[in-house]
Amino acid sequence: MGGYTGEELTAIFLMQGFSGLSLFCVFLLMALGLAIIFGQMGVINMAHGEFLTLGAYITYLTSYLASDVWPFLLDYYFPVAIILAFLGTFILGYLVERFLIRFLYNRPLDTLLATWGLGLILQQIFRSVFGPREKSVVMPDWLMGSYQATDMVDIPLNGLMVVGITILLTIGVFILLYKSRWGIKVRATTQNRTMANAAGINTDRVDRLTFALGCGIAGVAGAAFTTIASTGPTTGSLYIVDTFLVVVFGGAASLLGTVASAFGIAQAQSILSFFLSGSMAKVITLMTVVIILMFRPQGLFASKVRR
Amino acid sequence: MSSPILLAVEDLTVSFDGFKAVDGLSLYLERNEVRVVIGPNGAGKTTLLDLICGKTRATDGSIKFKDQELTKMAEHQIVHKGVGRKFQTPSIYENLTVAQNLELSYPAGRTVFGSLFFRRTAAIQKRVQEIAEEIYLDEDLDKSAGLLSHGQKQWLEIGMLLIQDPELLMLDEPVAGMSVVERERTAALLRKISNNRSVLVIEHDMDFVKDIAHKVTVLHQGKLLAEGKMEDVQKNERVIEVYLGH
Amino acid sequence: MSTQSVVKASWMDKFGGRGKLLQILIIAILILGVLPMVADIFRLNLYGKYLTYAFVAAGLVLCWGYGGILSLGQGIFFGLGGYGMAMFLKLEASSPENTAIQSTPGIPDFMDWNQLTELPWFWEPFHSFPLTILLILTVPAFFAFVIGYAMFKRRVGGVYFAIITQAIASIMTILIIGQQGYTGGINGITDLRTLMGWSIQTDFAQYVLYFACGIALILCLLAGQYILNSRYGQLLIAMRDQEDRVRFSGYDVANIKIFVFVAASVFSAIGGAFFTLQVGFMSPSFVGTVASIEMVIFCAVGGRLSLIGAAYGAFLVNLAKSSLSESFPQLWVVAMGALFIAVVMLFPRGLAGLVSDYAGPVRERLAGLFNRKPPAPKVEAPKPESARPQKRDGVSIGSAQETH
Repeated sequence: MGGYTGEELTAIFLMQGFSGLSLFCVFLLMALGLAIIFGQMGVINMAHGEFLTLGAYITYLTSYLASDVWPFLLDYYFPVAIILAFLGTFILGYLVERFLIRFLYNRPLDTLLATWGLGLILQQIFRSVFGPREKSVVMPDWLMGSYQATDMVDIPLNGLMVVGITILLTIGVFILLYKSRWGIKVRATTQNRTMANAAGINTDRVDRLTFALGCGIAGVAGAAFTTIASTGPTTGSLYIVDTFLVVVFGGAASLLGTVASAFGIAQAQSILSFFLSGSMAKVITLMTVVIILMFRPQGLFASKVRR
Repeated sequence: MSSPILLAVEDLTVSFDGFKAVDGLSLYLERNEVRVVIGPNGAGKTTLLDLICGKTRATDGSIKFKDQELTKMAEHQIVHKGVGRKFQTPSIYENLTVAQNLELSYPAGRTVFGSLFFRRTAAIQKRVQEIAEEIYLDEDLDKSAGLLSHGQKQWLEIGMLLIQDPELLMLDEPVAGMSVVERERTAALLRKISNNRSVLVIEHDMDFVKDIAHKVTVLHQGKLLAEGKMEDVQKNERVIEVYLGH
Repeated sequence: MSTQSVVKASWMDKFGGRGKLLQILIIAILILGVLPMVADIFRLNLYGKYLTYAFVAAGLVLCWGYGGILSLGQGIFFGLGGYGMAMFLKLEASSPENTAIQSTPGIPDFMDWNQLTELPWFWEPFHSFPLTILLILTVPAFFAFVIGYAMFKRRVGGVYFAIITQAIASIMTILIIGQQGYTGGINGITDLRTLMGWSIQTDFAQYVLYFACGIALILCLLAGQYILNSRYGQLLIAMRDQEDRVRFSGYDVANIKIFVFVAASVFSAIGGAFFTLQVGFMSPSFVGTVASIEMVIFCAVGGRLSLIGAAYGAFLVNLAKSSLSESFPQLWVVAMGALFIAVVMLFPRGLAGLVSDYAGPVRERLAGLFNRKPPAPKVEAPKPESARPQKRDGVSIGSAQETH
């Protein structure tokens, strides 16, 4: 690393660190929903990326309406878009659980294949409706520009926005899962379905809502995603393999683990990519994760349970 | 045949996140002895069997079988040393026939390539037949094991262990869910097979215990509460308290 | 096959009995006789390409259908086999005479474009054909062994195994694309013309390669049948029922799983090598996650418990894929997606299951007309997905069953 002064190195680490932060946000936003669905229900949702894409397209549609039809709304559309993205993906998730996933509990490998098929179909629908080219949202003025931290470090506002949404959403999921009555029902259902049923929990309903909620979170993730990148039919699926690795690496049922592993993987990849080529940075990061998982299959955070 | 002690469990402890399911337990089993382990639910009986056969790893203490330490061995190695284990719920291969179940348990062709090039010899066929007769299933050799009655499944699993001719046979509640007739036949079976091997049984049915046990070990909360002949144990005040006190 | 009812074991039983061998004979006649007669060489070459996927699908029947191990990384092994062959052919095509105009003659063109001046060390063995064949078989086997050893010895299976193999497939694609100078990058290894001085592009050569591929496939199916009908095959079924019982009967369960995964990877690699030979190039798009998961669907469509079914499945799905995607590319993606869902929800036993449900009874009735023997007692299968039908003696029955 010769040739850089200490100050420059710090700046590099900060800037790369921040770009790593965006990647971290994308991973985490996707992983949150996945972690709920996989960690709590044991369902592998390979179509999760498509739910993110759907959320992004809903945001794009909202921004299109705001900029072309009602321009005076342009400054305010984003919160509305988040809500719509959540609702849209939540409803689709609900239907998918009702008509597909429900029949495949206890067959995790089959859910994997079926949801992969669902993902393919959704991608093709996106391609037919929105065209193969990537779409960008019209950004409101207040999201443009950047925050000048020092004269060498320069942080874009939209990036800060994404970080903000990610933090809020993570806290929200945490509260929902560990502090709410609903969270107790979800965890009860995960741990012992029969007992939960006997205790008067409508486990079918819990399943349906859990799955829909996981999908809804992906929708919000999609909305956030539009502020840092444009959306194409396969946008979400590009991240699905990495995100699954994030969830498994974190220890499937641990939210804290998911956050830590998303952060670690994103930062490692981003900082390495300054010194190596982008693809080698990704290869080395993912290889390391895979090798660690081979030695510690339960992931970073998992407790010893009596089997 | 030097030492009369076949199995020596000493200071055995296992803890699951702080909860000690078996706590400083010591137990000695002689050759050709039938020992029954009793105790209330959660006493650590099944965990004890799990520890001996390697399903659960001990936190502390030692298990010596014929003077060899088992705690570090893999499950299949422990089986090779001569320890057989029957599970509480019948675990047999439901999609295979009774004959196939027995044959797969026959101790030959246990490596990958051994099993690929395994040949069914007349000796093996004869042994399968013998065991089937012993476990009252010689009429059902061609039957899919999934179609057997609950009691027959239990016998089949015992047969799958017998065919390996283990020196120590561990049975977890072998008569649970059996009819009276089946129970008697199982007791007869156990007496017959304990002729030349040691047997460690977990059982709740006290009549059955009286019927077969040489010695009884009572566990409570992972610890040894009492040990001795059935009559003595039954008179033991602490045992009575544990069983009836709450 | 019991100790009582079978008096003497025939050699055929080692492969699942006469019925199964008859099915393999039928598929052999179709591949080696019927297809070459009805198709021109252009079509036949395409069919040969589809058949290379049948190797992968058959491997998946062993490892997923019977072993319960879903690998989403079979493309890795298909790729290792295919790239191995491609590297050999490329070196032959890059002789110093052929590449005299390059700044470094004697190395593959893409290396020259990427300013490499020397052949990388791992390319060296691929100068030799015998060594290439050896590496095509052993490198994937070694890879599979390492992955399998690491995972199965630690009791990792199910979805974790699927996710990790998928990640490895993804890593491998990124690596191949990223390391252009060593691998040919996203374009892959192209312009492969001769095999030891013999042009692989003539009609005659394509016929020869097609037949070689077909024969190799039949041999792989026979090998698979042998594996499934050995004691080892019974262990696979036993493990699916009661893994702990197998373990506590003195078997090292991890080794059993490692072997089936290695066998599946070698099958895939053979397929990959024939793919390169017949198609004339190899590229990362046949290695990655999408290719790998599609391979699973070839197997599922044919029937995850039927080696022979999987071969049909691979062939038919690819046939449908190329005919549909030529005319309606968008429709194909949707059809593929629907296929994934349908095969899981509606017919989990695939084509083989459908055949045995509908054709089986008809065949038995027909056979009954010619056969005086009373039909063997039918065993009610408790679980259709994993049920293993009884093996029966005689020609008359059992040939349409999906297992073995």
